[in-house]
Amino acid sequence: MVENAIAVTPAQAAASRLKQRYAAETRFKFLGISAIVLSLSFLALLLVTILSNGLTAFVQTSIRVDITLDAETLGIDPVKPSADALSSANYGQVIKNAMYKAFPAVESRPELRQLAAMVSSGADVGLRKMLVANPSLLGTTQSVWLVADDDVDMAMKGHITRKAGAEGSRLTDAQLGWLDELEARGNVAKRFNTALFTVGDSREPEQAGLWGAVVGSFFSLSITLLVCFPLGVATAVYLEEYAPKNRWTDLIEVNINNLAAVPSVVFGLLGLAIFLNFFGFPRSAPLVGGLVLALISLPTIIIAARAAMKAVPPSIREAALGLGASKLQMVTDHVLPLSMPGILTGTILGMAHALGETAPLLMIGMVAFIVDIPASPLDPAAVLPVQVYLWADSPERAFVERTSAAIMVLLFFLATMNLAAIFLRKKFERRW
Amino acid sequence: MRKTLAVAAVALATVSFAGAAQARDQIRVVGSSTVYPFTTAVAEQFGKAGKFKTPVVESTGTGGGFKLFCAGVGPDHPDLTNASRAIKKSEMESCAKNGVTDVVEMKVGYDGIVLAASKKAKHIDVTRKQLFQALAKEVPVNGKLVENPYTTWNQIDPSLPASKIEVLGPPPTSGTRDAFLELVMEPGAEAFPEIKDLKKSDEKAFKKVFSSIREDGAYVEAGENDNLIVQKLDANANAFGIFGYSFLDQNADKLQGSMVDGVAPTFDAIAAGKYPVSRPLFVYAKKAHVGQIPGIKEYLAEYTSEKAWGKAGYLADKGLIPMPDSERKEQATKVNALEALKM
Repeated sequence: MVENAIAVTPAQAAASRLKQRYAAETRFKFLGISAIVLSLSFLALLLVTILSNGLTAFVQTSIRVDITLDAETLGIDPVKPSADALSSANYGQVIKNAMYKAFPAVESRPELRQLAAMVSSGADVGLRKMLVANPSLLGTTQSVWLVADDDVDMAMKGHITRKAGAEGSRLTDAQLGWLDELEARGNVAKRFNTALFTVGDSREPEQAGLWGAVVGSFFSLSITLLVCFPLGVATAVYLEEYAPKNRWTDLIEVNINNLAAVPSVVFGLLGLAIFLNFFGFPRSAPLVGGLVLALISLPTIIIAARAAMKAVPPSIREAALGLGASKLQMVTDHVLPLSMPGILTGTILGMAHALGETAPLLMIGMVAFIVDIPASPLDPAAVLPVQVYLWADSPERAFVERTSAAIMVLLFFLATMNLAAIFLRKKFERRW
Repeated sequence: MRKTLAVAAVALATVSFAGAAQARDQIRVVGSSTVYPFTTAVAEQFGKAGKFKTPVVESTGTGGGFKLFCAGVGPDHPDLTNASRAIKKSEMESCAKNGVTDVVEMKVGYDGIVLAASKKAKHIDVTRKQLFQALAKEVPVNGKLVENPYTTWNQIDPSLPASKIEVLGPPPTSGTRDAFLELVMEPGAEAFPEIKDLKKSDEKAFKKVFSSIREDGAYVEAGENDNLIVQKLDANANAFGIFGYSFLDQNADKLQGSMVDGVAPTFDAIAAGKYPVSRPLFVYAKKAHVGQIPGIKEYLAEYTSEKAWGKAGYLADKGLIPMPDSERKEQATKVNALEALKM
């Protein structure tokens, strides 16, 4: 009776199956957890890299010097300084003189040049601002913090070596010596990098800022919102509340879903063909950028708005109609207010998506070096992701940390928008 | 709510059409990403002087730049274009067809393409022939073209290190790649008599031989971002990278440029024309726009001033290799007189 010996009772079989099922369950859970752990660790790696690279960009090395605002050197009439003379005065020379005075022992011409080069070539801007705001400082000696050159900044932050005699260093041994001396005197400090948040792009890393890109992004997204919110909601209302269910509406629905998946660069080409070539809108303008981004986020908003309206119970519609409301009244007084949290959430997520786009903007000329801060949606402007892209491609070493800083600013805006979406949903969502 | 939206939409439309009709008061530049760092530096200085708005510079690539530049005359089209090579005949023709007849060519300086490695690696000296052998898809062995058999440098020449061939370089869409093919791979291929014969008999087949880069992993296309290559070289002492001189200049504490045909890629060697892998960079201006768009003449004057493109100018600081004194002078006179190219 060999067969009987290996046969198992039904109860035993069930127990072993149960064990297998438990094991499968555990494996499945484990897989799920490891997927989450893996994606979280990627995210952590990304954030740690960006933070460790970019945090130092929020401070900028400055050098303190005693500057004599000598009217003669500046080329300003000391008795009656005109506003024009104040703004076009020779600030570069007084800065140079102040640096020379800090190191009186330096005499040879090449060394004097190296000494003057330790201060940023844009340091005169701050000085000009100071004197224009307060002309009475003319003729006095002021202790002023000047923005240091990017190479000095990199040395102070430890990105390039401060050991004298290192081959290939961007700073000469003399410059490193002066830097040590200045530091010993307490005249070098890392101060908050205000330029990063107040000025536009520059080819000198220490003078480059994000403000132009932030303003450009603001204009673009305002246009996007202005165009795609009313359009998206109107489309959703019609499709959800009015449209008859037939082959045409099915076709439209399929197409809207397809549009949401079209690569964004295609929309850029469309924008180039329609807005620039046909309508003749200006290149690089946030107006066009906003319109293109509106095309991209429109499907997302329509889909979200329809889903939100679908979630409003039919009983509410029937009650409104039953009490004699017209269909328009039913939509504006009941369906729209009740679905608004969902619509807004969808809109904000669509906007956040639009904020991060670069590819379509390449086609319409927004990937460009633009220094002036745009004053209207018609002025040329860059946007935040474009600024990240342009800085990442620059040879200067100091742009590496600034790229990470720009990414942080972009992520900050994205996180704020997503938090706003979550907040709106939590606060106004109604459940039935 | 609806009323406000309608008003806003109408206002927007009015503003936009008024704006579109308005003439432009800001110079627009398109073109090569290699010339972009220099043109933008000049643009910034030009804007700082305060008389004109800062020009807007787009980075579209040389070919894309010419396409936009040649599309027509008028405020909707760019005024200048950057190019990392001279304008082609076909591009001149397309320009002329669209009414862009008077084009001013300005040579701004030179750019070296370097083969660089980490400072931790041994300094090497390669010839262009050896580089061809290391990187081409098919190389001649015993007089016959075969699939590239070399895996380590010393298989090509015993004087080279015994490390794996691993070169990070630009993708086919890049102008740097075009220049590398023309300046290194083509002369490298011609160093073999059997390929040189091929050039005479079958030009097309010859072109295919020197422009096909191996695809077995020894050459890694590293994308358009040269900073990425720099970081990778720093991490991997066996790898070499191909990129523009300005990136070597900025990272000279981490990287070293390999000697090509016995010459190291230094500022002086490239300026003197001794380093073989260098190319001229150009900016093209539309003469018809001078006087229409304010500042073009002044912008060209700033570009050709000694404080910009001179030996100690701010462009040299950005990594541009200046032309010799006499050539700079000649170019400056020609450009400032707005001498147009002969069609």
